[in-house]
Amino acid sequence: MGDRLLEVRNLSVDFHTSQGTVHAVRDVSWHLDRGETLAILGESGSGKSVSASAILNLIDMPPGEITSGEILFENRNLFEMTAEDRRQLNGHRIAMIFQDPLSHLNPVYSVGFQIAETMTAHGVSRAQTRARTIELLKRVGIPDAETKVDAYPHQFSGGQRQRIMIAMALALKPDILIADEPTTALDVTVQAQILALLEELQQETGMGLLLITHDLGVVAEVADRVVVMNSGQIVETGTARDVYHNPTHPYTKKLIAAIPGNGAMATPLDTGIKPILEISGLTKHYAAFVALDQVSLTVLPGESVAIVGESGSGKSTLAKTVLRLEEATSGAALFEGRDLVTMSPKELFHTRRDIQMVFQDPTQSLNPRMTIFDIIAEAFVIHPEILAKPHWKARVSQLLEQVGLKPEHMYRYPHQFSGGQRQRIAIARALALEPKLIVCDEAVSALDVSIQAQVLALLTGLQNELGLSYLFIAHDLPLVRDFAHRVIVMKSGKIVEQGPVQQIFEAPREAYTRNLIAASLSPDPEIQASRRMARHDLQEAAS
Amino acid sequence: MAHMHDKDTDGLTAPTAPNPVVQTFLMLWRDKFAFVSVIFLLLVLFSAIFGPMLLEDLATKQNLRGRNAPPFDFSRDWLYWLGADALGRPLLPRIIVAAQNTIFVAAGAVFFSLTIGTVLGLIAGYTSKMWSQIIMRLADIIMSFPSLLLAVIVLFMLDSSVFNLVIVLAITRIPVYLRTARAETLEVRERMFVQAARVMGASGRRIVFRHILPVVFPTLITIATLDFAFVMLAESALSFLGIGIQPPEITWGLMVSQGRPYLTTAWWLSFWPGLAIILTTLSLNLLSHWMRTALDPAQRWRLENVRKKNG
Repeated sequence: MGDRLLEVRNLSVDFHTSQGTVHAVRDVSWHLDRGETLAILGESGSGKSVSASAILNLIDMPPGEITSGEILFENRNLFEMTAEDRRQLNGHRIAMIFQDPLSHLNPVYSVGFQIAETMTAHGVSRAQTRARTIELLKRVGIPDAETKVDAYPHQFSGGQRQRIMIAMALALKPDILIADEPTTALDVTVQAQILALLEELQQETGMGLLLITHDLGVVAEVADRVVVMNSGQIVETGTARDVYHNPTHPYTKKLIAAIPGNGAMATPLDTGIKPILEISGLTKHYAAFVALDQVSLTVLPGESVAIVGESGSGKSTLAKTVLRLEEATSGAALFEGRDLVTMSPKELFHTRRDIQMVFQDPTQSLNPRMTIFDIIAEAFVIHPEILAKPHWKARVSQLLEQVGLKPEHMYRYPHQFSGGQRQRIAIARALALEPKLIVCDEAVSALDVSIQAQVLALLTGLQNELGLSYLFIAHDLPLVRDFAHRVIVMKSGKIVEQGPVQQIFEAPREAYTRNLIAASLSPDPEIQASRRMARHDLQEAAS
Repeated sequence: MAHMHDKDTDGLTAPTAPNPVVQTFLMLWRDKFAFVSVIFLLLVLFSAIFGPMLLEDLATKQNLRGRNAPPFDFSRDWLYWLGADALGRPLLPRIIVAAQNTIFVAAGAVFFSLTIGTVLGLIAGYTSKMWSQIIMRLADIIMSFPSLLLAVIVLFMLDSSVFNLVIVLAITRIPVYLRTARAETLEVRERMFVQAARVMGASGRRIVFRHILPVVFPTLITIATLDFAFVMLAESALSFLGIGIQPPEITWGLMVSQGRPYLTTAWWLSFWPGLAIILTTLSLNLLSHWMRTALDPAQRWRLENVRKKNG
């Protein structure tokens, strides 16, 4: 064996739960060299984060147990070192950044203090830390670092917080940086910037970068090599390019096939029909903040209209205002000719049947203390005119079958299902009211790629079967490309551009739309490389 | 909560919902601590209901020759096994008889404060800002008064009957539940399943009682069990001040305070009623711990399939 920076050999980790032993990873081996980016790719539950946790000694034992294998850092076996020695390595030689920077930054300390803490914990004197902290903040691209060093985490945007986390990780010039889904919670344009920053920093310092992700686009953008994991085992390894173009394992093939953005685009519907939803001049103010500014759009029966935009663009506010979860400041939203905004509570109650919503995170949108039967049948309790009580069970069975679940699932509770199944339950609940329009607020963004494809296929199938209309809110452009008839691009509460899906993706008129499309990552490393070049040229031209 | 799941007609493998009573018993049996607690509490409840009927006369019979008789003297009548008090009254029957007043006051006060506090807290948390303001300021007023002082004033003006005592103690404890219920409601109402229910057109009452209350309830019930001990002691403090329960009526708290002067010479006077208070509170705590698990579908498996070899 050569002098690898980090090598994981035949690692197996079990978790002992009262429901039996779970083999989190089985016989996993990989290595990371200096100056290299290795991506561990896998869906949720694949065990992709477990080996990284083992490196940093973050596995809780018990219930976890390392049953076999070793991890060599500079040819020293981590498992044979004392806890104190490992603490010396963590943060100093091996650093980590996490998915959600907000929950990993302490809200009551300034960011400067928190970055400095990493250094003082490893014996750097306080006098030096402040200057170094400011230097680091500048390096990761925080403007006005001299004053921002004393600001608190809530005063930064999501992207800036991730930059701060990176600064914290880099404070002691680690040899290895482990990034666990570093950009999953960020907007596409911010994601591109963070990935570019990571790459730059890696070239500067020559550290090894271990990237844990579920996103083939991220892999294509930064990884040299990739390890594909499925249910605790490595199914494929190779260079990012090879794995994408010549996948050998059926799982990898399936994963690549499931990536959205390659299917045929839908043709626009005939505009001659009377729209089911007609929004005009809808405006929503929160005190002085304008969340929605004169938004006008229409949805036809049987049509899927996608609303895309970055966080803060007002797309979710739009959904909430249409559903009267928020009161609009002004404007009108005509549903079948009646205005939702000014509707009386009684009229609204009846209209609720026709407009339903599917939420982003099915874990939170299903009451954990109710059985599936109770969750779905609640529709009939609230609107007794739909169905008489003796028929509820049969109807719930039917709805569960319609969304691809089994009738016997109805006595279980939400936590007994996987994320994709829960979203199916949420869809079944929406369907129970026999709606005409379903508002999907990021309805598939919390799901794995292969599950996303299944849920979208389900939604499309239901549309064909029942003639449903969808108002589909998303930040993921490739997803929208496969699904929507028309696309509306929003920014800061305004509609920037709208048109048929083909026009938006092939001939976007506005610079903002073009940026958004350019920033979304393609799973093909070559396309990604050429896009990176194009972006680089654009920056050169600008400066 | 439970719908009656009639027999499944279309699924062969559909699980028939088990009898809830049997299921509850099985879950209780799996947690031995909770099981013992329930037996003890049933015993206390039995004493509270039938104790005075059966032992009233024995408990009040003075026996000056047996003053401060020590416990564990098995040569005497079984009534004296726990010893006797300063007037020679046997302690064991006195504790059994005192259970009635004690449990009635404590359970009554906890029940009323829990119910009123929870309802007001849910209203304050879920409805308009104005109601929230009114309710919260009322709670502040109650809280800003030292609760014993409030009790002294009220009981000084009214008769010091058991019922009045319950009312006073309940009022002073309402803010605890109110504030907890409101704080949790404010958080739960923003959860997505509440939004989902609103989108379906669920009424405010349905959302509060069907979606929010089940999430908030376990926390409140835990506080209630802790409060049970507090109320028992508060009651004894009031009795000690001469405005609570008055002799010859007895409660555990009163027995503790009556035994206080003899602590150095006859510890058993305070010890046994004190032990009764501790065991009751402990049992309630263990039971509430079990209930928290049993009421949470995501945790319930811990009580359902515990295998032979645990952990």
